[in-house]
Amino acid sequence: MDQFLQHLVNGTVLGATYALLGIGLTLIFGIMKVVNFAHGELYAFGAYVAYALVSLLQMDYFVALVLAAGLGLLLGAAIEFLLLRRCRLENIDEVMLIMIGVMIIMQNAELLAWGGVAKVVPTPFPQESIIVGGIYLSPTRLFVLGAAIVLLLAFYLVIERSRLGLAMRATFQDEDAARIVGVNVSRIYTLTFGLGSSLAAITGALLAPVFVVTPTMGDLASLKAFAIVILGGLGNIRGAALGGFALALIEEFGAAYISTAYRDAIGFLVILVVMIARPQGLFAAKERVG
Amino acid sequence: MIMRRASFLIIVVALALLPVLWPDPYLLSVVAAAGIMIIAAISLNLLLGFTGQLSLGHAAFFGIGAYTSALLSLGFDVDLGFSSPLVVEPKPVWVAFAGGIVMASLFGWLLGKVAFRVRGAYFVIVTISFAQVMRMVALNWVDLTEGPMALVSIPPLSLWVPGDGVVRLVSKAATYWLVLAAGVLAYVIVANLVRSRIGRAAIALRENEVLAKSIGIPVTRCLIVFSVLSAGIAGAAGGLYAHTVRIIDPDVFLFIYTITMVIMVVAGGKGTLAGPVVGGLIFGLLPEVLRGMVAPEVQWMIYGALMILILLFMPKGIVPAFGRVLKRRKISVRRRPSASQGASS
Repeated sequence: MDQFLQHLVNGTVLGATYALLGIGLTLIFGIMKVVNFAHGELYAFGAYVAYALVSLLQMDYFVALVLAAGLGLLLGAAIEFLLLRRCRLENIDEVMLIMIGVMIIMQNAELLAWGGVAKVVPTPFPQESIIVGGIYLSPTRLFVLGAAIVLLLAFYLVIERSRLGLAMRATFQDEDAARIVGVNVSRIYTLTFGLGSSLAAITGALLAPVFVVTPTMGDLASLKAFAIVILGGLGNIRGAALGGFALALIEEFGAAYISTAYRDAIGFLVILVVMIARPQGLFAAKERVG
Repeated sequence: MIMRRASFLIIVVALALLPVLWPDPYLLSVVAAAGIMIIAAISLNLLLGFTGQLSLGHAAFFGIGAYTSALLSLGFDVDLGFSSPLVVEPKPVWVAFAGGIVMASLFGWLLGKVAFRVRGAYFVIVTISFAQVMRMVALNWVDLTEGPMALVSIPPLSLWVPGDGVVRLVSKAATYWLVLAAGVLAYVIVANLVRSRIGRAAIALRENEVLAKSIGIPVTRCLIVFSVLSAGIAGAAGGLYAHTVRIIDPDVFLFIYTITMVIMVVAGGKGTLAGPVVGGLIFGLLPEVLRGMVAPEVQWMIYGALMILILLFMPKGIVPAFGRVLKRRKISVRRRPSASQGASS
């Protein structure tokens, strides 16, 4: 039973960060119809920002978190402004390939700059786990969980309560109608891409002290983010949040009770099964397919 | 048409003479390696170019062909949970090679069945997931695939030559000719396929799926046929790779190989016959040119940047861009049936 609860807790912590990763990707897809293959690279970018600031420049970890989010926002906005703006009306496949090009460039730039050796980011929290009722809780992971939940709530408030969120939702529903009522759609696109990228970058920075930082970490992050948004239905933000928790729990329990070796394959199996059984995603009532 | 066929023959003969005129083993092995990727790119072009479906799991078929062919030729035993393990004795290499093609085609059919239920971004993500699952299997099913330890000592293909008897195709020149022959065969198969009835149906559905469906084209069946053939040719490329390089590890399933094939097709011109060949030669030989000059990371960054630039400024690819200059006609739905019969006869 303790074992079960331990996996539940680990899965929930991981799930909160998966949810952050997923909503960034699904936001970009929902509003811009762009499948962002560079999403995982922005996650890796955030982790490297944390490494550079905390490990190399001895800066405070919390300052590094804020800076990672800020730099992620700028980088995402720059990618949108410089590349995607040129081909917004082109077909979705070409935009996907452009994002793959961005992914290749970013990943290899990281490899060139930092080398292939995994980097460690020290945690500002005590190393000893807190034991509650037989369950081990590491303070770092608790902080990650807390921060992720705060970010999820903040994101929810931005989308549901702010004028920016209103404009985003309007663009999501009908781009032309949004333009007619005075929404600057181009600016919404840039902000959307920046915001989604920022979420990926801060997730990377949050998880940097939990895992190690490597140039290829973005690959798996991208693919898991895809699994999450497929679970939730592409473009469905609430679905992506739930999908993040669902994938993490499936992975955690799958690894614990079925096979550790295939842990990372579980996400893809989930995608294949969802596609066969319910292509619109598990949590969507109405969603276009194809 | 005669001009076209004559120039095709001249190019093939010129390529076949390369080992005689310039017997540099390094050059030959580099071109042969590029040739294998070109065959894979030709197969991807069937889906990406002629049906318009962006399949990003193509390395999986390459890997399945390579692993099946290698395992059949080496022999293997694997415990599937029954009372006695399944033991497969080593098979003749060409039988194994054919087995690789059949297995890849089977998976092409299976993936087609699943993936063509959806389109666009969903299709792309399903194909990627499929390749990833295959990679995990190759990596973790150590009893069968040796996992990261790789399959080694894979036997080469052999051929009966008059006068010499059965020779093992291990020399650089023999490997080169083998790849060239396979490449020409793949090219001719694809050329005839896309000019056939089903090829024209595929192009019609690429242009407008709803319209194609409305005039009675069985869209899903057509897509699955293309998926099977495309997977089979990719499997053949994988088999060639396994028996010429003679060592394979799960890295053959890496996403980056799919991307290499995609870059070749897109740069050359998707939906054109010569596109994957031209793109494949450029992106297959570019690494060798860049090797001495820059670090591999920079080389990949150049790849990425080139891909973005081509998509932004030459989205149809190199061959159509030059073809317009030369007033060559691209294969399109407009080609009359009589012309296509002429091509396939």
